Amino acid sequence: MNLSRREQLTGRVFLIALIVVTLLPFVSMLSAALQPRGTVPSGLEWPSDPQWGNFADAFTAANMGALLRSSLLIVAGVVPVSVLIATMAGFGLGQLRVPGGRIVFGLFLLGLTLPFEAVVTPLYYQMQDLGLLNTRWAIILPLIGLYMPFAVFWMRAHFTNVPVELSEAARVDGSSTWQLFWRVQVPLARPAIASLTILMFLWTWNQFLLAIVLVDDATKRTMAGALGAFQGQWGTDLVLLCAGSLLILTPTLIVFLIFQRQFIKALIQGSVKG
Amino acid sequence: MTSALGSAPTGRDDRRARPTPTRAHPFPWARAAGTGWLYVLPALVMYAVFVLRPLVLTLQYSLYDWNGIGVARWVGLDNYLTVFTDSDLLKIIGNAMVLIVFFSFIPVALGLLVASMVRRITTGAFGTVVRTILFLPQVIPLVAAGIAWSWLLSSNGLVNQALRAVGLGGVARAWLGDFDTALPAVGVIGAWVLLGLCTILLVTGMSKIDPALYEAARLDGAGPVREFLAVTLPSLRQEIGVCLTVTIIAALASFDIVYISTSGGPGLQTTVPGLEIYRLAFSQRQVGLASALAVVLMLLVLACVLPIQRLSRGEKP
Repeated sequence: MNLSRREQLTGRVFLIALIVVTLLPFVSMLSAALQPRGTVPSGLEWPSDPQWGNFADAFTAANMGALLRSSLLIVAGVVPVSVLIATMAGFGLGQLRVPGGRIVFGLFLLGLTLPFEAVVTPLYYQMQDLGLLNTRWAIILPLIGLYMPFAVFWMRAHFTNVPVELSEAARVDGSSTWQLFWRVQVPLARPAIASLTILMFLWTWNQFLLAIVLVDDATKRTMAGALGAFQGQWGTDLVLLCAGSLLILTPTLIVFLIFQRQFIKALIQGSVKG
Repeated sequence: MTSALGSAPTGRDDRRARPTPTRAHPFPWARAAGTGWLYVLPALVMYAVFVLRPLVLTLQYSLYDWNGIGVARWVGLDNYLTVFTDSDLLKIIGNAMVLIVFFSFIPVALGLLVASMVRRITTGAFGTVVRTILFLPQVIPLVAAGIAWSWLLSSNGLVNQALRAVGLGGVARAWLGDFDTALPAVGVIGAWVLLGLCTILLVTGMSKIDPALYEAARLDGAGPVREFLAVTLPSLRQEIGVCLTVTIIAALASFDIVYISTSGGPGLQTTVPGLEIYRLAFSQRQVGLASALAVVLMLLVLACVLPIQRLSRGEKP
């Protein structure tokens, strides 16, 4: 690949411009968050006396402790179950090749491009009938269902690519289907499962529509849903709003930075394969 | 969830996969006993109860006039008639179409531009930093992006500050509150969110292109433009298809960004179908009409996405 020096340079310049544009909103929010409370901040202006205490105020105002707990509970309710049942279904459809599997798989594919808005209204009444409105279950249960098209699709793609000889060998060893699944297939599927787990975590944490429709109490919502409520409450206090938004972003950012390699891999595969 | 929808397994993957498609069934006993179904069942039940059932109900509601509490009245296709004739609703659907330009075309075009110049992001530390930063907008909640950009585009925000600094203070305004600029301003937020993803997908695709193709093109005397049209574009067809699919769904089904940054205003300037469904169903109690709009939105997504899938997955020339 012989790019001329000039071409390489313009490429670099564009890339750096892109990075600056990507980062500016964050920097601008930080500069606003550090202004003294009650002032009207402007654009990007490093405060002469940064008010780091604003973050402490926002932490209390947003009730961050409760929000973190709520988001974690929702993630704990959604992610392990989704990953487990999607892996089982992927195994059933991709390896066991159950009779009628093609039809079932087609049914799952149907949901792959479904906008959540298309089902949110009936879900509201369904949750009402079940008496689950305003509980975290109202977010957890529908999300598991809504993730199935992608998750099953993803795991099935993995299991179709696993050579059947492997299962045949295990069969000769006399292991049951469950042993084969749990002891042989799941450990082998670890990379696919890890990527899926990351995506499910991210989508759950950032889920907004279901949170605002099905749960009124912000402290029972996901982080994104709670942020919506926070904006409604503190929308006029720009300094606090920016501080609160940055705080609410932080957990995702930390998790992202720790697992960034896996995240990026998952996101790239997620969009290409999905 | 929309962020990761794309094409079915790619041609590339298929080649690596399944050495021989026809072989004996590996689990005759499982097949006979139907054990296999036990593995599929939990996922299927959750999907049926929380997706398929509501989907059928949406279809059903769309044929009724219902306020969500009282008795529903059968109205046949009247709600659909309203969706396709009411000027407000048509405008709202049009808004979503306009957003496609910003959410889809701009990120893909800019992404292609960057990709064709960078070709591959260095693998070292610089590359990691670039990838990490460009993915940030994908990781944060869209709500946060909406709040950040509402601030940037406000009268005292960074955008106006920059304009004033270069002597363009005359055009400064509250971009999201202005009748003419609100929709493009919302579009810019979406473009910001999706640009990094598209760029990285396209650059990743770019690095898989055989450099010999470029050398051959250069030997044939092709300039940068011809090279782009003859080598880059066809080789990236699949990646472009993925980018378009993901971003078009994001545009048509947009909700979070609009809800936070403008709530659909001023007037109906930035109202999108997702927001209108929410409003109709939960504020105005017109569940039937909301459901008809939901069905139309669903079909619109399919109508846009299926042709792209077909085009990008077809045999490469």
